[in-house]
Amino acid sequence: MIIPLLIRDFEAGVGMAIKDLFKTKPKYITVKPSGEFPGKIPSIEKKEIPDGLWVKCDRCSQITYHKDLEKNLKVCPKCSFHFRINAKERLELLVDNGGFQETDANMRTVNILGFPDYENKLKKSQKNTELIEGVITGRALINEIPTSLAIIDFGFIGGSMGSVVGEKLTRAAELAIKEKIPLIIISGGGGGARMHEGIFSLMQMAKTSQVLNKLSDAGCLYISVLTDPTMGGVLASFASLGDVIIAEPDALIGFTGPRVIQQTIRQILPAGFQTSQFQLEHGFVDLIVQRKDLKATLTQLLKFHLKGGKVNGN
Amino acid sequence: MAINQGPVLEFEKPILELEKQIEELRVFSRDKNIPMEEQIHVLEQKARSLQTEIYKNLTPLQRIQIVRHPKRPTFLDYVGIIFTNFIELHGDRNFKDDPAMVGGIAYLDDIPVTVIGQQKGRDTKENIYRNFGLPHPEGYRKALRLMHQADKFGRPIICLVDVVGAYPGIEAEERGQGEAIARNIQEMAGLSVPVVVLITGEGGSGGALAIGIGNRVLMMENAWYSVISPEGCASILYRDASKAGEAVQALKISAPNLLEMDIVDEIISEPLGGAHKNPQETANNMKTGIIKHLTPLLKLTPEELLADRYQRFRQYGKFIEN
Repeated sequence: MIIPLLIRDFEAGVGMAIKDLFKTKPKYITVKPSGEFPGKIPSIEKKEIPDGLWVKCDRCSQITYHKDLEKNLKVCPKCSFHFRINAKERLELLVDNGGFQETDANMRTVNILGFPDYENKLKKSQKNTELIEGVITGRALINEIPTSLAIIDFGFIGGSMGSVVGEKLTRAAELAIKEKIPLIIISGGGGGARMHEGIFSLMQMAKTSQVLNKLSDAGCLYISVLTDPTMGGVLASFASLGDVIIAEPDALIGFTGPRVIQQTIRQILPAGFQTSQFQLEHGFVDLIVQRKDLKATLTQLLKFHLKGGKVNGN
Repeated sequence: MAINQGPVLEFEKPILELEKQIEELRVFSRDKNIPMEEQIHVLEQKARSLQTEIYKNLTPLQRIQIVRHPKRPTFLDYVGIIFTNFIELHGDRNFKDDPAMVGGIAYLDDIPVTVIGQQKGRDTKENIYRNFGLPHPEGYRKALRLMHQADKFGRPIICLVDVVGAYPGIEAEERGQGEAIARNIQEMAGLSVPVVVLITGEGGSGGALAIGIGNRVLMMENAWYSVISPEGCASILYRDASKAGEAVQALKISAPNLLEMDIVDEIISEPLGGAHKNPQETANNMKTGIIKHLTPLLKLTPEELLADRYQRFRQYGKFIEN
C-alpha cells in the first residue's frame, strides 16, 4: 500500500485529501526534505545556458566554449545533450529566411483574477524573453511549405498557458483551417496551465483541444513537437493530440511533475522516468528527432501530406 | 445532530456545544421534574440562529472542509437517489476496469441517460479500493468509451464530477495520463448528444475537466472547481501548503465566483451545513437542476448541440488586443 504524505509542488493537493483521512489518529512520520530523496529528480529549472564563456553540460559535465555550443544549436558536442532554446532561436532554426509572418503579435494578458504579483511576473518574463506573451504564432514557410506555426517559450512563466497562449494557439489552428495549411505547435512548458489565471487557464485546455476537432474535420495535418519540458495542462491538451507527435531528445514529458510524484508515493522513480525515450517506449510519442534534424524531418512529413490522399483539406 | 454524520468540523463546534447544553437541560428538567420548556425554547432558538449565522457565512476554506467531509455523499449515493434502474458498465476495453471512475446507464425519470462520475470511498477500506476517487488513465478511457456509446444511441450524458486532481503516480504516467485527459477533452467536444456536468464536490484540474466538457455546467453550493488544488497553489505561491486559505481567495474557486465568471450556469443549493446533513434533499435539488438544464437541450439537433458546446468553451479567456 502506498501512503502519500506530503506535497510541495505543482499539481498537488491529492495528498492533502488523503492525509485528512488519517486525522482521527494523528501519527507523524518524518518526511525528508526533497533534496535528500534518493535518485535524481530531473530539474525543470536549471537548463538555461548561463552567461559565461564556458558552459558545463548538465549530463556529461564536460565543459564547452559557449560559441561552440551555440554553433552546435545548443546541443552538447560531447554527449548530444539538448539544452533548452527559446522561441526566437527555434523560429530561426525551423523557418526559411524571411519566411515568417507573425500573427496576434500584440495580444496582451490582463490580470483577470487580480492574482497577487501576477503583473510583476509578466513584466519580468517580458523583460527576460523580449516577448509580450508566452507563444509566438504566425504563417511560416518551412522549406517553402506554408504552415501555421506556434512556438511556446519556456522562459515566459515556465511556458505556461493562460488566456493569451490559449487564444493564440486556437487562432493558429483556425488560421490553418481557413488557409488549409498544416499546423505545427512546438510545446515547452513546465507549468502546464497558468495558475495565475485560475479557472480561465483550465478552460484554455478545453478551448485548444476542441479546435483540433475542427482542424481534423478540415483534413489538416497537425504536428505536435514536444520540447523540454512539456508537462501538466499543456501535455493534457493540445500537445498530446497531434496526428504526429515528435519529441526532442532529453525532454521531460509528463503530466504530474516528478517531484510531486516522488513526494506522494515515496518511491524512487525509475531511471529515465518521463523522458522522451520513456514516452516513446510507452507509445505516446511517434519519434524522437535530434534538433539538427528537426527541420528536415518536419519537411519530410509535410511533403507526405502534399500529394495524394486528403491534402490538407484541398 | 452530528451523531450519525461523522466528525464535527472545527467551525461547527459552537453549534454542537449549544446543542449539548440543551440536551443536558432537557435531561435535568426531566429527572428533577422541573418544567424548563421556556428556557429550552430560548436556547433552541439561539442554536438555530447560530447555525444559520455560521453556515451562511462560510469561508471558501470551510466549504472545502464540507466537501471533503467523510460522510459527504459520493457518486453512487447520488445515483441511487437521482436515477432509477442504474446498471454499471465496467472497463475501458483496453487495459482494465478502474473503480475510481464509475459509469453506466440509468433512467432520469423516463429518459435513458449515461451517467459517469468519480467514485470516492465511503470508508478507508473502500477508499483504498477506489484509490480515493482518483482515476488512472483507464478510468478516463472507460468514461470516454461510455460517452461514445451514449453518442451512438443518442442518450444524454450526465457527468458528476468529484475529484481532487489527477493522480500523481508512476503507473498513471506510464499509461499516459496526459494523453487520456487530452483525448477526453477533445472527444467530449465532439459529442452530438446533450452533456450536463455537475460538480458535486471537488473539481480538481485535469481530472475534473476530463469529464467536464458539458453543454451546461452546474455546481453544488459548497463545491470548488479550479486549475489547481488550494494546497497545490499554496505550496507554489507561498511555499506552504497550509496557506490554502489565501490561495483559495486568489484563485476564486468557489461557486459564486465561478457563476459570476460564467464558468457555471447554476449553483445547486445544499442543506444547511452541507450535503451530508441531508443527502435525500441534496439529491432532489440536484435532480431538479439537471432536469431543468437538460430539458431545453433535448430539443436541439446534434449540430446545434455541438455548436452550443463549442461556443461555450471557445469564448473563455480575457486579453487585450491592439
